[in-house]
Amino acid sequence: MEFQTKSFWHYFKQNRLAVAGLAIILVVFFIAGTASLIAPYDPGKTNVSKKLKSPSSEHLLGTDQLGRDVFSRMLYGSRISLSVGLVAVAISLVIGVFVGAIAGYYGRWADAVLMRFVDIMLCFPSFFLILTVVALLGPSMLNVMVVIGITSWMGTSRFVRAEFLSLRERDFVQAARALGMKDRRIILRHILPNSLAPVFVTATLDVATAVLVEAGLSFLGFGVQPPAPSWGNILTEGRTYIFDAWWLTVFPGLAILMTVLSFNLLGEGLRDALDPRLRGRR
Amino acid sequence: MAHNEYLLQVRDLTKYFYRQRFFSSDREPIRAVDGITFSIRKGETLGLVGESGCGKTTAGKAILRLIEPTSGQVLFKEGNILDLNREDLRRLRPHMQFIFQDPYESLNPRMRVGEIVGEGLEVHRIAQGKDKADRVSEILEKVGLHPGDAIRYPHEFSGGQRQRIGIARAISLNPQLIVADEPVSALDVSIQAQILNLLMDLRDQLGLTYLFISHDLRIVKHISDRIAVMYLGKMVEMANGEDLFRRPLHPYTQILLQAIPKLDPSKRSQGAPLREEFCPHDLKKGCLFQPRCPHSKEKCQMEEPLLLDHGEEHLVGCHFVS
Repeated sequence: MEFQTKSFWHYFKQNRLAVAGLAIILVVFFIAGTASLIAPYDPGKTNVSKKLKSPSSEHLLGTDQLGRDVFSRMLYGSRISLSVGLVAVAISLVIGVFVGAIAGYYGRWADAVLMRFVDIMLCFPSFFLILTVVALLGPSMLNVMVVIGITSWMGTSRFVRAEFLSLRERDFVQAARALGMKDRRIILRHILPNSLAPVFVTATLDVATAVLVEAGLSFLGFGVQPPAPSWGNILTEGRTYIFDAWWLTVFPGLAILMTVLSFNLLGEGLRDALDPRLRGRR
Repeated sequence: MAHNEYLLQVRDLTKYFYRQRFFSSDREPIRAVDGITFSIRKGETLGLVGESGCGKTTAGKAILRLIEPTSGQVLFKEGNILDLNREDLRRLRPHMQFIFQDPYESLNPRMRVGEIVGEGLEVHRIAQGKDKADRVSEILEKVGLHPGDAIRYPHEFSGGQRQRIGIARAISLNPQLIVADEPVSALDVSIQAQILNLLMDLRDQLGLTYLFISHDLRIVKHISDRIAVMYLGKMVEMANGEDLFRRPLHPYTQILLQAIPKLDPSKRSQGAPLREEFCPHDLKKGCLFQPRCPHSKEKCQMEEPLLLDHGEEHLVGCHFVS
């Protein structure tokens, strides 16, 4: 599994949908990064005289029940969706890689105990677990990120475990052992770098899930709290006016759809591009 | 013969693999290495031959505890390796190294050659930084590579060069014993000779002792002082290299020697061919080789032969040494 950038791009480019997904994700990142520069209005500024106006040249995506500019709120909302998605996945990666590495490297009872723990975690309906925890700790962006992270690492850990199980028998790992290296060094320098590429594929797919979960939580009122704009809570607030002001629900819905779809397409594209190399391991 | 003359003494080493079952492990184990005993003198090369699957590699790895042996003793540097705890074993590792068969499998694809070769120096705090880089250059030159190769990645090299990197890694810590597991069998014939010569040069320069594992008798003859023949996890014959080729006593060794391709058709032997392979687990008692042996007699089915000395340290495990 060498890092052959050229052949990787060659395979990746053939998947048009994945390239489109990557492009959309880059646009969303750009928007999130520059929201304060490109937003035409302050997302929190109310103007009751202009409430529930339909999209026009003045307000590209119309205004909501308090006269706030939906376009500006959407731009700021992308920050929330992306940061929740990325931070939650980062947390789940750290836990998942750690648990998977220990289980896969040491095997035997460490493996048995940790994997049964994974099975137990998988038994919980995670969305309701998240709801419960957020209800107890109070809804905030930080809580949402952490809770999504600690309820979504199980897939990663199983994956990493499988990689470690096969890599630890490889000759170069045995050579490291023969040189008298400590376990920590063997894990960090020899096994982990060789198992990360496929892990990033699952991580990409997990971002999509996390974005969706955040939107769901915000929709139910357990996520990011208004007046801070997130795609989920813009959607919730618009729900009341769905027959009078369709733009309040359609645009955040579309944004969530596009972002989640893009991450899924990118993840699948990455997986396909990495796969031929996985099969011809050297 | 004084004992301290031996660098390595292996006594009754076994490695059984138990099939993992969910509720019980009462099945017969696979006896990959089944009680082998031998010694290697300092500076000597012992060739270990046998067909594939006979336990050669398992034996080599078990001796260095890259695989945990089931039982036995491995005396190296006045102590039993199998008694050491993890930390003591780790500290002993620099003195005994392993060369792997497949040069494409044995190098970490994400590390530069310099890191691969220098990592042992770093881990054992022998050399750091500039000092380490100098040592790595020196070692690379010793194995016939260019010092500038240190910044390249393994995939940029051919099989033979990769094997040189593996050898460089093995000698980086100044070991006394090297277990070489089929170090040339994955290489082209033309490259095999180069690597063999390199191994012999290094032996003379650095005073190395080899356990040289191979299935190719010609290669083993070329490099070894003594040769041990393994069959199904057991030693069947061990002798001085010359002696073994001149008068092979065990029928299995005789057949192996006859199987070596000869250039002159008139010298091709008409020896009895080896009978078909069979499942060794059907065999409960008697000589392990008996089902395939052309000279098999009744006694061979009943009684397992012992490895006995037939003069000049020529050990054979057969009831009917001809």
